[in-house]
Amino acid sequence: MNEMLRIAVVVFPGSNDDGDAAWALGALGADPVLVWHAEPELPEVAAVVLPGGFSYGDYLRCGAIARFSPALGAVARFAADGGPVLGICNGFQILCEAGLLPGVLRPNASLSFTCRDVRLTVENADTLFTARCEPGQELTIPVKNGEGCWFADPALYEELESRRQIVLRYAEAVNGSIGDVAGVVNEAGNVMGLMPHPEHAVDPLLGSADGALLLASLVDAARDRSAAAVRA
Amino acid sequence: MLVRPKQGILDPQGQAVEEALRHLGFQVGHARVGRLVDLELEATDPAGARAEVERMCAQLLANPLIESYEIELEDA
Repeated sequence: MNEMLRIAVVVFPGSNDDGDAAWALGALGADPVLVWHAEPELPEVAAVVLPGGFSYGDYLRCGAIARFSPALGAVARFAADGGPVLGICNGFQILCEAGLLPGVLRPNASLSFTCRDVRLTVENADTLFTARCEPGQELTIPVKNGEGCWFADPALYEELESRRQIVLRYAEAVNGSIGDVAGVVNEAGNVMGLMPHPEHAVDPLLGSADGALLLASLVDAARDRSAAAVRA
Repeated sequence: MLVRPKQGILDPQGQAVEEALRHLGFQVGHARVGRLVDLELEATDPAGARAEVERMCAQLLANPLIESYEIELEDA
């Protein structure tokens, strides 16, 4: 555990992957701190993870209610200050609803809950979240969601593609996402969301350790931010 | 408020409903499934009430990227 490497994992009513995310971050050398969604401020942290789950029962639209949680205001301020924020599955949905990431997640084209390992391609390895990956690298990471179909209109999609904000694509048909998009980053490059669960793929015992590449990249980014804060 | 998927947006729920209706022998075109939000509101001025509900739709009840909405006011 490293005092300098505190990473917040925000817990909403209905989150269920907060424990796995915290465990994985701990295994990768960070010191995870669970932060209840009602907290208006974040503790001193160097990165934030919004975990998977079913915040507020997925009522109305996935993530639509969680985005108004007090902690989300603090996360938005942290992101505006350049802090690295990773949203996984429901966390991705929340970031899209909050307008911190482009697009929106819709029900899967199959209408079924999809829970299996999927193959992904790293489209952009020059982000805080994929720095440990090679460009074009194939990763195997599980998805488990009913609403993972990412949508953006053609104009927005083109913009995102030209700015290299499409970070991960499915290498197989998964849910009907426009452009097979599995993960996107914001324009500033410090907020990313993805539907697959890297925290469920951090040990070969689980079938794949590819998720550790993404989370370890985030831990590196947190370490860089801590070091910069110490110098300042 | 009547919220529904915008034209041209993939609506798998609507497609499933459409197919089920055809299985039952009904001749139907495209179906889209949205949601209805009934809301009680104390207001004396209909225009003001409508503007308030517009703000609710924009902030929470609909996602403008994928959904359109209609507002209907009724006296209690």
